[in-house]
Amino acid sequence: MHGLINRAIHFFLADTYGRQVWGEIVRDAGLERHAFESMLSYDDKTTDALLIAASARLCLPRAMLLEDLGTYLVSHRALEPVRRLLRFGGETFLEFLFSLEDLPDRARLAVPDLDLPELRLAEDVSDGFKLDCRGGWPEAFYILQGLLRAMADDYGALVLLDPLEERPDGGLLGVRLLDTSFSAGRSFSLKGPMA
Amino acid sequence: MNLPLDPRPRDRVLGLPGASLDRLMPMHVWISATGDVVRTGPTLPRLAGGPLTLRPWTEVVTLRRPRPTMRLEELLRMQGVALKFTLNAAPEIALKGLVVPLPGGAALLNLSLGISLIEAVGRFDLTLSDFAPTDLAVELLYLNEAKTAVAGELRRLALRLNGARVTAEVEAATDTLTGLANRRAFDEALMRLSASGLPFALLQLDLDLFKAVNDSHGHAAGDAVLRAVAAVLRGHCRGRDVVARVGGDEFVILMVDFTDRAKLSDNAARLIARLEQPMQVQETECRISASIGIALATRQRHPSPEVLLQEADIALYESKRRGRGRVTFYDDWLERRRSANGDTG
Repeated sequence: MHGLINRAIHFFLADTYGRQVWGEIVRDAGLERHAFESMLSYDDKTTDALLIAASARLCLPRAMLLEDLGTYLVSHRALEPVRRLLRFGGETFLEFLFSLEDLPDRARLAVPDLDLPELRLAEDVSDGFKLDCRGGWPEAFYILQGLLRAMADDYGALVLLDPLEERPDGGLLGVRLLDTSFSAGRSFSLKGPMA
Repeated sequence: MNLPLDPRPRDRVLGLPGASLDRLMPMHVWISATGDVVRTGPTLPRLAGGPLTLRPWTEVVTLRRPRPTMRLEELLRMQGVALKFTLNAAPEIALKGLVVPLPGGAALLNLSLGISLIEAVGRFDLTLSDFAPTDLAVELLYLNEAKTAVAGELRRLALRLNGARVTAEVEAATDTLTGLANRRAFDEALMRLSASGLPFALLQLDLDLFKAVNDSHGHAAGDAVLRAVAAVLRGHCRGRDVVARVGGDEFVILMVDFTDRAKLSDNAARLIARLEQPMQVQETECRISASIGIALATRQRHPSPEVLLQEADIALYESKRRGRGRVTFYDDWLERRRSANGDTG
């Protein structure tokens, strides 16, 4: 698993539940290291062990934990670059939705060895969409749901997400855009933090 | 390129309203046959800080490449060629351009930000709507930001790894009890010094009566004594000298560029006298002494590290044999042995 993912899990758990809980989860998982390098790769078993230990320690279903992780990725200040890079997808939530199919390619442009699941967007009847998520790591489907919810908030859109199907390689997600300007959302300027 | 200035009538299939032009080319400049700006796309006035119409085109932009000109006919002769402009309102913003002729001697100039994009976005707070969706500018910005984030992560990784490397190196070269150099660090220093050809003295120092301290006051007291000895040794040496603990109560000192026998002898005697002063360790008084053997590498005589270590060892043994608290030079011992053997060697 890419270090970025493990690091995201670490930050999420430590920020949300405290460093002590993170330490306990690491111990429960039978791991020695408490931190991961974002640009190195780790054994997939490490990530699985972390998620199993976190789910048990926090008494939360794994799916819920991963959804929260997806939300955290977009809404936490420490990971502002992630939100910014996603906002480059478009000026409205709808444009952002359309840009999701390019997401794995966009991610590869920045980090060549980061494999994200393939995303396919299909228009459904009555202003809805079906987003198909397919990849080697089925957990990504839950992270995607949390991430989309947080991005909708970011754009100020009101969106209804409905998991239609879960598969060993991902799943199918119903996305209904109820209101594109439900709230003000968060501001985004092309001007980066470095400019 | 030898295109006619006026497009042929049958090519004139597009008649675009201004709003469409704005969307297709948010940085276009429509120049009349008289050389005045008729209209511009919406992004250009944002860069220039105000409307740009009804002014000569040369007041809006300056053509730099392929060759500067103020004349419209001259500009139109460069149609189809990559042009380079600067924006007069902000001359440091370089623009790329392409010009095509319009009927009646007018011209349509399309501009883009090229490599000054990142600076311009920061300065003028441009948004996604300032660019045509077909423009790769946003992808370039995305890429720039993504790479900056990744480079930041890599830099942090490099710093962490380097910190770990430095720590590991120091730890690998340090005797953990006393903080002096360890055997490994000493061997390396001796090799380096020996290879440099500089004269130096190798002092081998053994504590006397140390075993008694260990036996009667315990290992904790012994360790405290060793730390105190290390502090004394460091205090008697210069920064460039190497002080190492190479065994339980064995120390070595490399004195760089210091081979004056009288001074070395004085220094060693002072060192012993200082070590013989009673030490207060864990509320008990400990008394120790030390024996020293010295071997020299001079400009005339430069033995190999192995030989030098052996010589210092022999000299140290001789000091111990003569009773504690002595200092012996290897060559003095050699001299004495030769005369004792009646110079038969």
